[in-house]
Amino acid sequence: MRTKQAFMAGVAILAAATMTSAVPGGGTVSGRVTYEGTPAKQKPIDMSKEPSCAKQYATPPPTETVVTGPNNALENVVVYISAGAPDEPPPSQAAVLAQKGCRYLPHVLAFQVNQELKITNEDQTSHNIHPLAKINREWNKSQPPGTPPFSEKYDKMEFIPVKCNVHPWMHGTFAVLKNSHYSISGNDGGFTLPNLPPGKYTVTAFHESYGDQTQEVSIADSETKNVNFVFKAKPY
Amino acid sequence: MYYRFCWGCHGFRGDGNGENGPYLNILPRNFVAATFKCRSTPTGTLPTDEDLFDSVGRGFTNSNMPAWISLTKQQRADMVAFIKTFSPRWKTDKSGDPINVPAEPAVTLDSIKHGKELFTKLECWKCHGQEGRGDGPSASTLTDSNDQPIRPYNFAAGSRFKCGTTNHDLYKIFMTGLDGTPMPSFADVIKPEDAWDLVHYLRTLQVTHKSPELALWMTTKEGAEIVKAQKIVGTPTGADIEQ
Ligand code: HEC
Ligand code: HEC
Repeated sequence: MRTKQAFMAGVAILAAATMTSAVPGGGTVSGRVTYEGTPAKQKPIDMSKEPSCAKQYATPPPTETVVTGPNNALENVVVYISAGAPDEPPPSQAAVLAQKGCRYLPHVLAFQVNQELKITNEDQTSHNIHPLAKINREWNKSQPPGTPPFSEKYDKMEFIPVKCNVHPWMHGTFAVLKNSHYSISGNDGGFTLPNLPPGKYTVTAFHESYGDQTQEVSIADSETKNVNFVFKAKPY
Repeated sequence: MYYRFCWGCHGFRGDGNGENGPYLNILPRNFVAATFKCRSTPTGTLPTDEDLFDSVGRGFTNSNMPAWISLTKQQRADMVAFIKTFSPRWKTDKSGDPINVPAEPAVTLDSIKHGKELFTKLECWKCHGQEGRGDGPSASTLTDSNDQPIRPYNFAAGSRFKCGTTNHDLYKIFMTGLDGTPMPSFADVIKPEDAWDLVHYLRTLQVTHKSPELALWMTTKEGAEIVKAQKIVGTPTGADIEQ
């Protein structure tokens, strides 16, 4: 799905004085991601086949394919600069995916091309990490309890669904991006992309079930622009 | 050649969409994606030419990929070279380095017993079942990377593997994984000497296939009882899926 929305609510221009960014004269794109319609309900996950995980929860945790917050907020949306910013070398610190309680923490992990990706297993059961890459190479590795973290990287941009074949409810997403200008919407749907030099940018919002949307923005010196995204929720 | 023998299944462009493709329950390999099951190379890497050459000669058990031994060696080698033209990956990526397979130690009871422990500890049984019948607790939920249901290998029923027949092949199977399927690689987590113990134990699960491992295992009380029990229970327990 690829819907272009010229939806630009409330363009707020803040005074330059409020900026405390690392880039002199850097601007900011921030806003909220929401849904309209009725999203699929988060269902409790049945982990009874894996007692060592099930017992870690007082009540079963909910599925995370669509996570919503108050006031129609849509969580776990990757908002990033898809055009206008140069590719950047990877940062030196690793991005970390933990397998804990038979879930992926975080559910959506964003990191850069060639950045180190560390994968840990904190459970008392074996997981197999199986990222279903299509542009990058597909691999599938077993990680029994007590195995030291795996260190991986991806050399091309891609949104990769991740699963564990042993525990079919475990799903996650890797967002492999070309620059450091990305943000993942929180429980309030909010995101912030700071440190943008003046220029024209394409901002893309990606949701693992609802696809992506893009908007164009221009940023002047130290400007903050408000950009919002609205996804059509599907009830299935 | 390809257009005479292969494209009916693998497709005109090598994308697995030949006209017979959709009627096969395991989809023909899509040569454009270039993800291959049988490799001597680590998970996530391209196989060697030799791996592909062996696959074409061997064919695949339990699926419709025939064994192409009627072709001459040269014809098979040409075919491999031709398959590789379907995917740009062969231009951008190199084949992986084959994993190191140390010489096989002697088959002993200790080795088999240790292999049995590893089968439990590494949770092979979650998919393959305690007795290796392909009926573990996760078995019925498995799908391959084309979203097709896939069944774990049933050791009790089989003698051959998709990726070979020898102990050496078996070692490579679980160390490199079958890419594009739920069968993961264990190369990062099994030490070479332990891997051979696992190979020896897996042979004893193939109760319908004569092997030195099975013969030795049957000489023990424990082994004889397990094997007898396995043969009596004729149907897989747990998951109700067709082989
Ligand atoms: C009757 C249909 C059919 C024909 C004809 C056929 N194939 Fe296949 N082929 C398959 C199927 C099905 C698979 C997948 C088997 C599996 O995954 O278990 C496959 C898999 C393969 C693989 C993948 C090996 C791996 O490690 O993943 C290669 C290589 C291959 N075929 C080569 C050929 C060549 C070369 C020819 C022509 C000489 C050919 N095939 C003809 C059905 C066919
Ligand atoms: C997540 C589920 C899963 C786990 C865990 C798993 N397997 Fe498998 N295994 C499979 C599936 C599915 C296949 C069938 C692949 C196919 O037919 O393409 C398979 C196939 C195999 C085969 C036959 C390959 C061939 O060439 O035909 C062997 C041998 C094997 N597994 C050994 C093991 C061992 C040893 C372990 C533990 C160290 C293990 N497996 C753990 C799912 C699993």
